Amino acid sequence: MQAVEQMTTSREAPAPRSVPAVEVVDLRKEFWRKSGRDRGFLGRQKRRKVAALKSVSFTMDRGETLAILGQNGSGKSTLVRLLSTLLLHDGGSARIFGHDAFADSSAVRKLVNRVSVEASFFKKMSSQENLAYAARFYGMPPSQTRDRIPEILTNVGFPADRRGEAMENLSRGMQQKVALARALLTSPVLLLLDEPTTGLDPRSKLEVQQFIREIRTTHDATILLCTHDLAEAEALADRVGILDRGELIALGSAQELKRQYDAATLEEAFFAATGRSFEEEDPEDEDREVFA
Amino acid sequence: MMTTGVAGAARHQAIALGGVVERNWYLFKRYVWWEVAFFVWTAANTLTIVFIGKGVESTGATVDVNQLTTILLVGAVIWSYLGIIFELFVETVAWERWEGTIEYTFMAPLSRPIHLFGTGVFAVAYGIVRATIVFAVIAAFFGLDMPNANFAAALVVLAVASISFIGIGMMTAVLPLISPEKGTQIGYVAQGLMLVVSGVYYPVSVLPDWMEWLSKISPATYALRGIRAAILEGASIGSLWGDIWPLIVIGVAAIPIGIEIFRRGELHAKKHGKLKRSG
Repeated sequence: MQAVEQMTTSREAPAPRSVPAVEVVDLRKEFWRKSGRDRGFLGRQKRRKVAALKSVSFTMDRGETLAILGQNGSGKSTLVRLLSTLLLHDGGSARIFGHDAFADSSAVRKLVNRVSVEASFFKKMSSQENLAYAARFYGMPPSQTRDRIPEILTNVGFPADRRGEAMENLSRGMQQKVALARALLTSPVLLLLDEPTTGLDPRSKLEVQQFIREIRTTHDATILLCTHDLAEAEALADRVGILDRGELIALGSAQELKRQYDAATLEEAFFAATGRSFEEEDPEDEDREVFA
Repeated sequence: MMTTGVAGAARHQAIALGGVVERNWYLFKRYVWWEVAFFVWTAANTLTIVFIGKGVESTGATVDVNQLTTILLVGAVIWSYLGIIFELFVETVAWERWEGTIEYTFMAPLSRPIHLFGTGVFAVAYGIVRATIVFAVIAAFFGLDMPNANFAAALVVLAVASISFIGIGMMTAVLPLISPEKGTQIGYVAQGLMLVVSGVYYPVSVLPDWMEWLSKISPATYALRGIRAAILEGASIGSLWGDIWPLIVIGVAAIPIGIEIFRRGELHAKKHGKLKRSG
């Protein structure tokens, strides 16, 4: 992959340097969920509130990469959706470069982009068409995307002869590269990566991780990486947070976490922090799967 | 990359509006053979309605068959036109949710009215082209004689009515946000209810009083009446003013109501986490 610098127009920081990139304070989110067992009037399933995020607080400096580690249902995706203005919160606050993510969402949307576990494209449209469509929403006219889209696709390692091919014919790895290109095309100052390498083959996974490293070193973007890949978190992030059942129970550099929990590896630190191994799940986790 | 100021913001939104139209055009091209199949279905459906005119004559009734078939043809074409408008609006949410792109669209710095208006622009342009072709094909099939027809006036009435249809389309677009499973079908219910009180194949005077009252607030009533007058009697735009001004009034009210209903639906979806892909 070539230098990322060429394809990402660096954008001036949208607030004074003293303002943190992300400031989350006591952020809460709850969902109503149907109970599979309890029945109410006319046999309807009873509903109950389940907390997806419980008073989560953290701050991110500009240019920092923070990895949030957590199992399925820990609330990682809920956190990403809240920061990308796709969910409304039930309490607390979240500010992106000083803008309230809920009261000033239109300002936040200009600064943020996201890559999720599912690449999510119009499957019958080509990579070029999908990127063009997405770019228009960020005010990029055809005159701007005509050269920029082929350039950015080349830089993420996407073969030139497949740019006109429908997305449904591309592998998962290829689709995820296009998803990264889509996010970077709009030069976000906050990049939210929600399990971007989950389900990829080892080679594609390494390519995507290498690309994230390049973004870190060449572009002034702040990156929030949600993952359940411990090695990925340790390799890519400045700090690691452990999110467990909606609670951020630990936050620090990988070394600090290992020291804090007297652990040799991040996996051991996770075990010590949560009281469970990384793979272990219980019925409550299953119930929380909806937040993944 | 982001331009600032009012002019910059307006330019940004204009480009975004073009993006919505562009996306629909890409999808039209990719599904062009399905569009042909859908056109054949619409033509066949229109034929079944228009043949009623011939059928009435065969029972021995004395009717002006040419006039009756033209009245039925206008009703059937407007029915299919409304179907396209509502379908494209409902798909604004339903299709994007299916593909999983809805979260990317809804987190983009695109104003929702512009997003919906872009859908409306494509829907109206596509709907008018299709409606014109269906009308021409069926009229040729029956050899309908329309010596006085003022097609330009009919198109003006349809264009003005489309403002209201876009507003109502915005209201139906919210349904898949509230119910991902059944919301799309409810859009067809709205289409049927509007046309049944609007005299789609009959004069509204045959309706019960309460339905006739409802016809006064339905834009389809004025659209059908105006278009029929233009095609059958050659009515000019000036003489159709009695149908055009209610369409303008309903349109001016329908657009902001549609935007507000969609906004509330979007807030509901964001509150309850209904934007993410399902299915």
